Amino acid sequence: MFRKEATLSNETGLHARPASMLVREAAKYGCDIKIIKGEKQYNAKSIMSIMSMGAIKGDALIIQTEGPDAERVALELADFIENKIRD
Amino acid sequence: MRGLGISAGIGIGKAFVYKEPELNISKEHISDPEAELQRLEEAISKAAGQIDDLYEMTLKKTGKKEADVFAAHRMFLEDPEYLSYIKEKIIGDRVNSEWALREAADFYTSLFEAMEDEYMRARAADIEDVSNRLLRILSKAEQKELLLINEKAVIVAEDLAPSDTAQINKDMVAGIVIEAGGRTSHTAIMARTMNIPLVCGLKNITDIAKQNDFIIINGNTGEVIINPTKDQIVFHEKEAENIKRLQEELNKMKGQESISKDGYKVEVLGNIGTCQDVDIVMKNDGEGVGLYRTEFLYMHNDRLPTEEEQLAAYKIAAEKLGKKPLIIRTLDVGGDKGIPYLSIPEEMNPFLGYRAIRFCLDMKEIFAAQLRAILRASAYGNVKIMFPMISGIEEVRRAKAMVEEVKAELRKENLDFNEDIEIGIMVEIPSVAIHSRAFAKEVDFFSIGTNDLIQYTLAVDRGNQKVGHLYNQFHPAVLSLIKMTIDNGHAEGIRVGMCGEAAGDERMIPLLLAMGLDEFSMNASQILKARHVIKNTSKEAAEGILNAVLELPTAPEIESCIDENIP
Repeated sequence: MFRKEATLSNETGLHARPASMLVREAAKYGCDIKIIKGEKQYNAKSIMSIMSMGAIKGDALIIQTEGPDAERVALELADFIENKIRD
Repeated sequence: MRGLGISAGIGIGKAFVYKEPELNISKEHISDPEAELQRLEEAISKAAGQIDDLYEMTLKKTGKKEADVFAAHRMFLEDPEYLSYIKEKIIGDRVNSEWALREAADFYTSLFEAMEDEYMRARAADIEDVSNRLLRILSKAEQKELLLINEKAVIVAEDLAPSDTAQINKDMVAGIVIEAGGRTSHTAIMARTMNIPLVCGLKNITDIAKQNDFIIINGNTGEVIINPTKDQIVFHEKEAENIKRLQEELNKMKGQESISKDGYKVEVLGNIGTCQDVDIVMKNDGEGVGLYRTEFLYMHNDRLPTEEEQLAAYKIAAEKLGKKPLIIRTLDVGGDKGIPYLSIPEEMNPFLGYRAIRFCLDMKEIFAAQLRAILRASAYGNVKIMFPMISGIEEVRRAKAMVEEVKAELRKENLDFNEDIEIGIMVEIPSVAIHSRAFAKEVDFFSIGTNDLIQYTLAVDRGNQKVGHLYNQFHPAVLSLIKMTIDNGHAEGIRVGMCGEAAGDERMIPLLLAMGLDEFSMNASQILKARHVIKNTSKEAAEGILNAVLELPTAPEIESCIDENIP
């Protein structure tokens, strides 16, 4: 298991389009990916789960991966969340 | 028959009665979960096929944005959390797919319905939509598709789901009439966006109207006629033509400046009651918001809104408007606007009583919370504060002192706000209009509230049938108070606006333009019309009419003078 922190940087937070971008990205990887916000865990491959998180700009998220290539996936996804999500 | 006219225009065509097949979902015990999972998988793949087809067809017929609804539906359909919820029910509880699906849909829709964000709440309808598609497939219930409409039709339905509205072809759908109500429902928003006439709230219409009945609906008045006479058809066709022509003319006003024939520039803004109303103002090309009535924030709960709740609403409005001004009026409670939980005692004379700024200056905590929220929202846009029901300069000074106190608190807490936020007052009590030169030295802007100014100047309650006829915005005393306010404001170098009904009145606008009014704020639906009047008026010519009008002793003489001189 691997954990990496990322701060959400796009303006509207994990809203409609940004949420589906993240889910599509997560779906590319074979390993299990959870996003932790506060006390709760969310499934990064589930649009319903990600949207129900209600994450907004500036939220600190923890990406937790398990399975093949866990470390690389966590780092790539953290980079995706911090730099590549567009509104 | 009459329902609620929600989206303007007249629709004439054959009824396309669109009814959801009734799905009776019952809980059944199953013995072979493997076989049940197989059944579910088959339904999912069939639903995926349908959704893909709808995506392609909608993309071709209407466009990418409409088709995206189905791209989202595909994601919902394949959502691992949603599917594992269903599968766990089937395996763990040994229930049929339909029952498991129903439970999953209820779980996720209630999750989304409880969210604060309006966009997210609306996603509940998509989850319901996808779930119903699966349920229909599992129960082998067929449904007509709206895409099949191939002649001018009026859709008659209980309500429409997002997957229904995405299929609507604007050229074929002349109108929509539904049983469900609500100005903010998905169907209402969509109909207004697509400019399709819509009438809501007609109970049993899906039983009353039969497939292919001829039907006329009027989205302005809410009128619905089934199997009309020839005369009714001719009348409404003409009416539809007129509405269309007028709307086209007004649409040309979008993106233009509000500038008179002889080059005098003013601003036309919208009045709003909730932060979502900003969308309607923007759609009508308003140049900002001249009046945000904050009462609704206080009315829709049985307790005071918190500072954070207010901030959230003001911030949304400020951000949507960007650089355009947002004038937030502080709580205008009392008079005809009661808020039960505040338990303001009943008064003999509520309009002359404990209301608006008088209440706020007394209830300092309530006032401070609102001022904090407004100031904090000023970090996100062009926010201004406006105080209602001012009658004397002491009130202005006390209210401004409160603003300064709140600013000091925010500074201490390191919270962002605009240090130079503009502060203005409503001019709605004659004492302020008469003494406006002195008030203008104290504030950054005036906004004339004509509704109250007229009632206080003429001592008329316009809701009272016996005296209502005395209420008249063209009363010479009212016109001179308005002119006096504008002149005095300008003499002290401040801007003067108007946010009462008079600002959107076609006959009043030329006079106001002649007086030099800077900002006209009105209901969003009047914005383009007002701009149209302004663009067709020469300020110089209007000044001539104003001079004549100011010599006249009575309102009827003034009105006929305007009618004779303004085409």
